[in-house]
Amino acid sequence: MSSVVAERPGQVRKVRRRLTGLWFTVPFLLVFVFVFIAPLAYTIWLSLFQTKLIGGTSFVGADNFVAVFQDPKFWEGLGRVSLFLLVQVPVMLAMALVAALVIDSARLHGIRFFRIAMFLPYAVPSVAAVLMWGFMYGERFGLVGNLNGWLGTDFSVLSQQWLLVGIGNIVTWSFMGYNMLILYSSLKAISPELYEAAALDGAGQLRIVRNIKLPAVQGSIVVAVIFSIIGSFQLFNEPNIMQKLVPNLISTYYTPNMYAYNLSFTGQQVNYAAALAIIMGVVTAVIAYVVQLRGNREALK
Amino acid sequence: MASSTRRVLTVTASAVALGLVLAACSGGSSDSGSGDGTAGGSDGGSSDALDAALEQGGTIEYWTWTPQAEEQAAAFMKAYPNVTVNVTNTGGAADHNLKLQNALTAGSGIPDVAQLEYQSVSQFQLPGSLTDLTEYGFADLEDLYTPSTWGAVTQNGGIWGLPQDSGPMALFYNEEVFTSLGIEVPTTWDEYITAGEAIKAANPDTCIVNDSGDAGFTTSMIWQAGGRPFAVDGENVTINLQDEGSKLWADTWNKIVQGGLNCEIPGWTDEWFAALSDGTIATLPTGAWMPGVFENSAPDGAGKWRVAPMPTYDGTPANAENGGSTEVVPKGAPNPELGAAFLRWLNSDPESISVFLNSGGGFPATVAELQSDEFLGFTSDYFGGQEINKVLVEGIDNVGTGWQYLPWQSYANSIVSETLGQSYLNRTDLNEGLVAWQDANVKYGEEQGFTVSTE
Repeated sequence: MSSVVAERPGQVRKVRRRLTGLWFTVPFLLVFVFVFIAPLAYTIWLSLFQTKLIGGTSFVGADNFVAVFQDPKFWEGLGRVSLFLLVQVPVMLAMALVAALVIDSARLHGIRFFRIAMFLPYAVPSVAAVLMWGFMYGERFGLVGNLNGWLGTDFSVLSQQWLLVGIGNIVTWSFMGYNMLILYSSLKAISPELYEAAALDGAGQLRIVRNIKLPAVQGSIVVAVIFSIIGSFQLFNEPNIMQKLVPNLISTYYTPNMYAYNLSFTGQQVNYAAALAIIMGVVTAVIAYVVQLRGNREALK
Repeated sequence: MASSTRRVLTVTASAVALGLVLAACSGGSSDSGSGDGTAGGSDGGSSDALDAALEQGGTIEYWTWTPQAEEQAAAFMKAYPNVTVNVTNTGGAADHNLKLQNALTAGSGIPDVAQLEYQSVSQFQLPGSLTDLTEYGFADLEDLYTPSTWGAVTQNGGIWGLPQDSGPMALFYNEEVFTSLGIEVPTTWDEYITAGEAIKAANPDTCIVNDSGDAGFTTSMIWQAGGRPFAVDGENVTINLQDEGSKLWADTWNKIVQGGLNCEIPGWTDEWFAALSDGTIATLPTGAWMPGVFENSAPDGAGKWRVAPMPTYDGTPANAENGGSTEVVPKGAPNPELGAAFLRWLNSDPESISVFLNSGGGFPATVAELQSDEFLGFTSDYFGGQEINKVLVEGIDNVGTGWQYLPWQSYANSIVSETLGQSYLNRTDLNEGLVAWQDANVKYGEEQGFTVSTE
């Protein structure tokens, strides 16, 4: 991209030299075009058509996009992941921040153990994680079943009211340590001189947290929030695997990604799924961008 | 999404290139064989081409989730050393269909022989994805199979596969539960509901049946009740999930669901197998292929289970098929003649069928095996020494005729949970759930260009 600098008058003879530079970027550009541009272009191309079992393929322009916006299933899925985002992400990041501060405080024994133990779930493949939690949520043989047995209660995670919370718990378990590590690494980057100065000024630990550590991790929090927004909108593995356990609670359009997947692979509606994927991509990008702009402004204050 | 569409693109591109190469290869090598075949068999069909292909040999790809497939392929390669069969285990019907559909869409990596559930034949046949085996003389094989399974592989004037197994329904029941409660094994659905109430009353954690809205089970039960909700005639599809039989089933099953007599344990989970072993689930109305599954996956239930004919609505025996598969030769397969030759051996040669029956407990579709004394006289230790095949084979004669599946049955099945399943979830009228399922299918059928009516 850097090779496409705007031309100014009087620099025409530099064009040839610039073309030489272009040749050096060809390997990169080839990969870039194949890996990023081509799939996007192909998805956009697909979204402009409609393929029917009877009647074949025809050009429909923006019809697919109009249909997605009028599709209550799409809105239901989007609403669900938005709710998920608003509740799960703050909880997860707050926990990650507290964990990072605690580990950074150097007041605990066995810090390495806790650091690794908290990060370990991130290394568990999400399929395995969901199966494990799904088993624990089971009311007949699982942990929840045992707890109900001891307490004489009738609580069920795999029910309409609690299922999304149960999924949020799995995601939090998987990604809390990852986010903690992002925040912890930026805490580690704080210059020791700042702590020294703070100590000389007689600042207590809470004061140090509020005036030194929190401002220092603000940039990392923005990054973590953006990752989490993308992750929430792409929610797929957890509900898709749990569907086998609770088929009646998880529809084929439970999340937008599941909807796109089922549309294209079970329903053979690849074109409609492509339109949906593009819309979700744009929605995610816009929200992530807004968060980044706001986050950066906050950080500059 | 983006990455998968890209894969389709590159796969398609390489498929075009590959297709050219393959076309060139097959054009050269099988000239003599296909020449004979088509000359002799444009109408009546001839098997000469297949014999020639077997003699010439080659390699074929076989996609299946049949547990006995590896062993069958080994026996085949022993009989025909020139031929190599590569078996790919696709895991299960849902993943299998997805994989096959993707290969067909991409036009590359298409297997020479693939397994299909009977209910999926229409879905692949209608868009022209299957090879009509009439040209290879498969019409001569009709008498080998039961009428209902032969009917399942023939439609729209073609023969699209050979039946591998069949699934006439029967009532599997846990005898321990019935004797300990002193209740009779039900012969009608009314008695079944009464028994269900007794079981629930004795122990609220147990139930007469586990069902929370399963597509295959629902369609089979409607079939047994005399319903024929789907009718396909080319591009014209009729969907009426409120015909007499559908209503009869829903009204009956309402008493089970609304009465809370069923367990909501999803099938094919560890929980389910455990519940089959320990007496939590008292009965299982399902296909005749179930004994093998019992033995393999619920070993602790050994000795407890028995088989009885399906309960009836009015005393007149009635039955339906549940599950069962065929093998097919997909269109675009690199080696269709050798594939068809393997398929012919696989599902008609006594040696292959013997492997199928003995090393996995399959239930055959071939008349000879179904009527053999050895098969009928088989006593199962798992079923307490009962001659289970006698009961299961008897069920075949009562299977109602004229059943059809939708040309998009996989999709239809995938949305059962969010339509019919909601009636189970909220314990409301199953008829409403059936109507919701019907509406979603009508919408989908119309979107796909079919002319759909509900009458």
